[in-house]
Amino acid sequence: MGRDLGRHESFNESSLLQSAKPQLPMGMAQKATPGTSLEGIRPTYLYKVVLLGSTSVGKSSLAYRYVKNDFKESLPTVGCSFFTQTLNLEAGTVKFEIWDTAGQEKYHSVCHLYYRGAHAALLVYDITNKETLNRAKLWLRDLEKEFLPDEIVIALVGNKTDLAADREVATEEGEEFARTKGLLFMETSAKSNHHVNDIFMAIVSN
Amino acid sequence: MAADVHKKKGWEVPNGSLAPGDGQHTERSESPTPGLAQGTEPGAGQEGAMFVHTRSYEDLTSPEDGAAAARSPEERRGEPAEPSSMEQISKDFSELSTQLTGMALDLEEEMRQSKEGKLEPSPQTTRRDSVLSGKEEEDVTMDAWRMHRKHVFVLSEAGKPVYSRYGSEEALSSTMGVMMALVSFLEAEKNAIRSIHADGYKVVFVRRSPLVLVAVARTRQSEQEIAHELLYIYYQILSLLTWTQLNHIFQQKQNYDLRRLLAGSERITDNLLDLMAHDPSFLMGAVRCLPLAASVRDAVSTSLQQAKAKSLVFSILLSGNQLVSLVRKKDQFLHPIDLHLLFNLISSSSSFREGEAWTPICLPKFNSSGFFHAHISYLEQEMDLCLLLVSTDREDFFTVSDCKRRFQERLRRRGVHHALQEALRTPFYSVAQVGIPDLRHFIYKSKSSGLFTSPKIEAPYVREEEKERLLGLYQYLHSRAHNSSRPLKNIYFTGPRENLLAWVTSAFELYICYSPLGTKAGAISAVNKLMKWIRKEEDRLFILTPQTY
Ligand SMILES: Nc1nc2c(ncn2[C@@H]2O[C@H](COP(=O)(O)OP(=O)(O)O)[C@@H](O)[C@H]2O)c(=O)[nH]1
Ligand SMILES: [Mg+2]
Repeated sequence: MGRDLGRHESFNESSLLQSAKPQLPMGMAQKATPGTSLEGIRPTYLYKVVLLGSTSVGKSSLAYRYVKNDFKESLPTVGCSFFTQTLNLEAGTVKFEIWDTAGQEKYHSVCHLYYRGAHAALLVYDITNKETLNRAKLWLRDLEKEFLPDEIVIALVGNKTDLAADREVATEEGEEFARTKGLLFMETSAKSNHHVNDIFMAIVSN
Repeated sequence: MAADVHKKKGWEVPNGSLAPGDGQHTERSESPTPGLAQGTEPGAGQEGAMFVHTRSYEDLTSPEDGAAAARSPEERRGEPAEPSSMEQISKDFSELSTQLTGMALDLEEEMRQSKEGKLEPSPQTTRRDSVLSGKEEEDVTMDAWRMHRKHVFVLSEAGKPVYSRYGSEEALSSTMGVMMALVSFLEAEKNAIRSIHADGYKVVFVRRSPLVLVAVARTRQSEQEIAHELLYIYYQILSLLTWTQLNHIFQQKQNYDLRRLLAGSERITDNLLDLMAHDPSFLMGAVRCLPLAASVRDAVSTSLQQAKAKSLVFSILLSGNQLVSLVRKKDQFLHPIDLHLLFNLISSSSSFREGEAWTPICLPKFNSSGFFHAHISYLEQEMDLCLLLVSTDREDFFTVSDCKRRFQERLRRRGVHHALQEALRTPFYSVAQVGIPDLRHFIYKSKSSGLFTSPKIEAPYVREEEKERLLGLYQYLHSRAHNSSRPLKNIYFTGPRENLLAWVTSAFELYICYSPLGTKAGAISAVNKLMKWIRKEEDRLFILTPQTY
């Protein structure tokens, strides 16, 4: 596939299963790098996810909720943060590598690097702030420059559903935009743990 | 990316060093103070220092034209002098004691004047025996400290706001006056420091083209010290952008709104200002070590050293704002200011406690034109132990992340994990350990190592204002000791609530705070005893054998 596997090459080296076609959730074989597990039965798949979107939409909170199942009021990101989370599926183990970016302009050139080799991108906006959806559209343009349409799974994520009273973006509006662009769509709340696991499941099994 | 350390084209690496070569750091001839030769004082490293040799204030003020020097401390150390004897110290003290009387009078005189002139709030410097009667003087002092306030603004030379400490509302009210003053100020030469005294305030300007930094302070700090803090703010901004990028931006567009680029980093600057108000590291221009048995520290350092990678320049382990270990690439020296900026970065965001962070950072004193990439993570969830791996290669995340794993593995194998955990339980020692009844607190800095030690601040400095007041007294003595027009080597200060003594030599700086009932003679013998204690404990309080890879 010509994808830069970077350090994951070592996984291939020792992998006896590399040429085997494991049973996978649809679409995953081509998106993830098969690795090896000691038992040799359940392969490990690396799955790289990048979180993109304006500052304060809740990217870090989503990652934190997913990885630690917890919520903290303040997690201001500096540069990029890297998290891992392992997910056991019937077909194998998925090792998520989650890249969370600060989304600040000065880090733009750096974060660009993190797109590389990504299997999925979560484009996050804040449903209480319309501007953040517009910004998400700009991030999408960036992604489209970087990837061919079938190279990456992109999900549009409207976060902070617990703040329904302050909603500025209707569910339909996000949904509609996602449909025209062929993106997955989900509304979440990192705070009340709404649809957070689901969105990560959705991107691997897409 | 033009500013990337290793990518930048035409960026020569002199003598195989990553630091820009040589320069302005010529040693000032210190007046011939007898005593410990530099490099032999307690706390001096035995195998060379970790840091670039610093002269704190003067160092901060050297221009940032990308040619800031990083020179090996060994080069300046000269001949290793005989380890000085206690007799020598005592001799220094007899000299000291003759100077003290004059100094005390001089100081009192000055304080009285400044009080009458309402230039700045100052503590009552009445005789010790009036201590118990003085309700009035108590109030004066307290009021002065309640007023402790400082506004900080950063502007571009075109007058565009870049940063304001207390948000825009407060900024607005005072900004007009500041702007007016700026108009005349801006005519002045580059890199100037100016100050205005008015109505109980000091307004200090520091111009570092293309930025102008302004503080409006109602503190007892000298303008030199306020300027020193402003320069830290300036370096903080450089650490986010690099000097090269900052200048490039304003060359392209003079009235650029830098807030766009700095958005989200204001709290790092806020945090720096808060830290400077509480942590003597900044004042001392030195780094404090976590007290740790030498054998444990050595094992930690060796583990760090072994978990190296080609792109790594510095591996730093810290706890709170205390250094546990620092391993550096051979011939590369970190500057304490750069390390302070790293400490500040880490303490400014709780997010580093989760996952692994990878962020570009410029270390302006090391190289103001490029970014390093820092891998930042805590070793364990419940342990206040943060590992900082500084790499030259932004692509090297996984290699560096693996260094962390290897380091942890070695720590475990060497079995020092537990000892480290124990040490973290008592990150500060009590002054009672020294065994000098009247001694309340002290700060001792070894100049050649750039490290200092200081006990925990204890009663009577319990409340936050009290702690700040104590730091304020140190600041005051420090500014007197380092006054550029009239530096003092020995200062004896008597106040209503405590007495202080400062002793600055070419090898070390010592500030002690002791009971207001203690006598001067008592203080001098305390200093003597304290120096012996520090010598005895030095391998626990300092890093004597820094390592390299
Ligand atoms: N009410 C609510 N607040 C949230 C939610 N997710 C994040 N936040 C808050 O929004 C702010 C920014 O969150 P953060 O995760 O740092 O955003 P990031 O800059 O995109 O990483 C923080 O104050 C969070 O506590 C959510 O689902 N609901
Ligand atoms: Mg974030």
